[in-house]
Amino acid sequence: MDEIAVLIGGKAGEGINIAGSVVMRLISGCGLRTAMYYDYPSLIKGGHNFAVIRGAAVQPYCHREGIDLVLALDQETVRRHQGRIRPGGRIIYDTGRVRELDGTGLPLDEIVKEEVAPAVTRNMGLIGAFCKACAIPWETVEAVLRRTVPKAVEANLRVAGRGYEAAGTVRSLPAPTAGRRVLPALTGNEAVALGLVEAGLEGYIAYPMTPASSILHFLAAGQEEFGISVVHPENEIGVMLMALGAAYAGRRVAVGTSGGGFCLMTEGFSLAGMAELPVLVVLAQRPGPSTGVPTYSGQGDLSFTLSAGQGEFPRLVAAPATLEEAWYWAGALLDLAWRFQTPAVLLTDKNLGEGMYTFHSAPERPPLPPVRWDGDGGYRRYAPGPDGVSPLADPGTAGAVVKVNSYAHDEAGVTVEDPPTVTRMAEKRKKKEKAMAEVLRGYPSVMTAGDPAAGTVLLCWGSTAGVCTEAAGDLGLRVVRPVVLSPFPTEPFGAALAGAGRVVAVEENLDGQLARLVRGEGHWVDAMIGKYDGRPFFLEDLERRLKEVGV
Amino acid sequence: MKWITGAQNTWCPGCGNFAVQHALKDVFADLVAEEERRAEEFVLVAGIGCHAKIADYLAVNSFYAIHGRTLPVATGITLANPELTVVACAGDGDAYAEGLGHFVFAAKRNTDITAIIHDNRVYGLTTGQYTPTSYTGFRGRSTPSGVKERPFNPIELALASGATFVARAYTRRLDHLREVLRRAILHRGFSFVEVLQICATYNNLTAAYNDQVYELDGHDTSDLNAARERAREWDYSDGAPIALGVFYETEREREAWPPMGRLPDHQRREVVRGVLEGRR
Repeated sequence: MDEIAVLIGGKAGEGINIAGSVVMRLISGCGLRTAMYYDYPSLIKGGHNFAVIRGAAVQPYCHREGIDLVLALDQETVRRHQGRIRPGGRIIYDTGRVRELDGTGLPLDEIVKEEVAPAVTRNMGLIGAFCKACAIPWETVEAVLRRTVPKAVEANLRVAGRGYEAAGTVRSLPAPTAGRRVLPALTGNEAVALGLVEAGLEGYIAYPMTPASSILHFLAAGQEEFGISVVHPENEIGVMLMALGAAYAGRRVAVGTSGGGFCLMTEGFSLAGMAELPVLVVLAQRPGPSTGVPTYSGQGDLSFTLSAGQGEFPRLVAAPATLEEAWYWAGALLDLAWRFQTPAVLLTDKNLGEGMYTFHSAPERPPLPPVRWDGDGGYRRYAPGPDGVSPLADPGTAGAVVKVNSYAHDEAGVTVEDPPTVTRMAEKRKKKEKAMAEVLRGYPSVMTAGDPAAGTVLLCWGSTAGVCTEAAGDLGLRVVRPVVLSPFPTEPFGAALAGAGRVVAVEENLDGQLARLVRGEGHWVDAMIGKYDGRPFFLEDLERRLKEVGV
Repeated sequence: MKWITGAQNTWCPGCGNFAVQHALKDVFADLVAEEERRAEEFVLVAGIGCHAKIADYLAVNSFYAIHGRTLPVATGITLANPELTVVACAGDGDAYAEGLGHFVFAAKRNTDITAIIHDNRVYGLTTGQYTPTSYTGFRGRSTPSGVKERPFNPIELALASGATFVARAYTRRLDHLREVLRRAILHRGFSFVEVLQICATYNNLTAAYNDQVYELDGHDTSDLNAARERAREWDYSDGAPIALGVFYETEREREAWPPMGRLPDHQRREVVRGVLEGRR
């Protein structure tokens, strides 16, 4: 594939994430589809941060080892990434901080000083040089920078202009497909947030935790514009219980966290199951156990999510792979949780949530309104309704006494311990699970890619879909990926796997948690390729590993 | 209006919870009769423990929650719909042990909810262990040689945390209890009512309480220092006089969050489109 890969690196506090997103917008602004991976350790100043931007005519959803241009704000960037430069590539660097080498050197401190610009605009010098290196016309550069630079636009433009003047052209960008519109760039977390807002979110409640925090920040900053309330309580226990209180009072709310926070929420998660209260948890995974590697990515929480909370109750779990799926399923899970009055989990990870991608629009969701009480007769919160779903009334409704309960309860919501009622109500909740599975047949709950006739299948879930899809394209394989993980989409999954000879699971965990789930469904999985260092699979990396298992 | 459900009452004979239930029922009925409140506006949140059965017994909207978590649930309900009148009943183990953090933060936030703590100073339903307010030396089933710790003083705790209505009542002073509960519910902001009640089975302190309690008279409820002084008279272990009544009441800004809501469909789509446009 004709592509461009750019890496910008420096210390935390030097604006690497913003610089990366500006490079991304510059490449997108030329009509290409882009993906950005942002790598940063858990510290505020210093260390080594870098962003990799990959652009091509077709949307990329993963990264490669090879880089065309390295923009180095410090020596560490050169040391770490010099070996990744592909033939014909180049390093563009700050001569004040990097020892002289073969590449384009810019005296950034002097440029910034001469242009009377803030020190943080040093990265703009490199960005200007990058634009020239890729022969991006200055008018495009100026237009994009005016849209994307948050403040001191003129100073940034002057520094970028100096970089542009000083550099030479290295290579041109890949040609976009003719007539391509420039698409917006979003992070996965922003796609989740906007998907929630579009689906009628009324409140978002969260305690900060990487890599979910940027949903909280994005929604808090926009809460007036979005007409929602964004709440940051004392801890994740409070988060979950406030959400359940709000859901009881008739509001459509979501919460967001990572593994450790979800551990604290499980008490309330189980309460939601028993009290039949809807809530959506956005669970952005990072590697555990415990604090783990907090600013990196992993897929180690699938088994936990599928069994979180004591007792048995229906739950919805979906793991999107792309921005469009994240947007779609954020809304769809809200619809489904409110329709079936049960908790739901949108299972994402750091690579999806904090990665930035070009956004193509998300598909329309099928309409799925909640079941409401018609006001007739005495209200009973747990009255038998269609498919075990009891009609809803909000507290405050004339003529209704709305009682929810964490204890086993009767139809009115009053505590019971007698065997027939306990049995009947457990079966009522189970009935909802069956109905949920039925309704989910109208949703894209299993996705496939690659060659549908190929005997060798890559089995994956969530954000690893991108790298699997590209490897399948290179090697002529099939990709099968359940998006819905609970209730498991048994039939469509079986259909997608039909005719498979060899099945290889690719997961960012050690145990093969999806492989285990799929084996429990009665399918064969031949091999498992795991990655658990917190970093995403590179395409070359996965293809090597596939060769090792004989694919 | 029927205020009591048909659920069978399983509190022990002589339990202090009966007084709280009836006082609360009377206050709700009064508010409907005199303050033009609708019965449907009342929401009762309960934790887990003997006190919590009140959710089954009172025929009002209720959220029978889990141990220690009444206050975040009540906060969520109020945020979702400020028109509702939200009363959270919790036990002393519930509010001061498992839910201590939520208690302190609910007071700090000053959300418009009323917290009624049924303080019998013992775990009843789990059969007789010490709680955060059990007196020093209390022999419970988990502390057979007597508690060495000093009890919390919940009145001081509430004042320190920023509660804007702080009161104490006693189940054997039913009229006074009713009056305090009514004032607490009418107060705008976080109201805290510590209700001393006996546990007829595991901690019957009737004689001591009858001897020690007195009703505050001539106390300035706007004076925080005076409130603190009164709160410290009795340390929950000694035989000092126990003040009943409102210690402190003030008006303060409530939590900073805007009310929950959603834009109409067309407007929402427009706002979302605008955000996407800005990201090109």
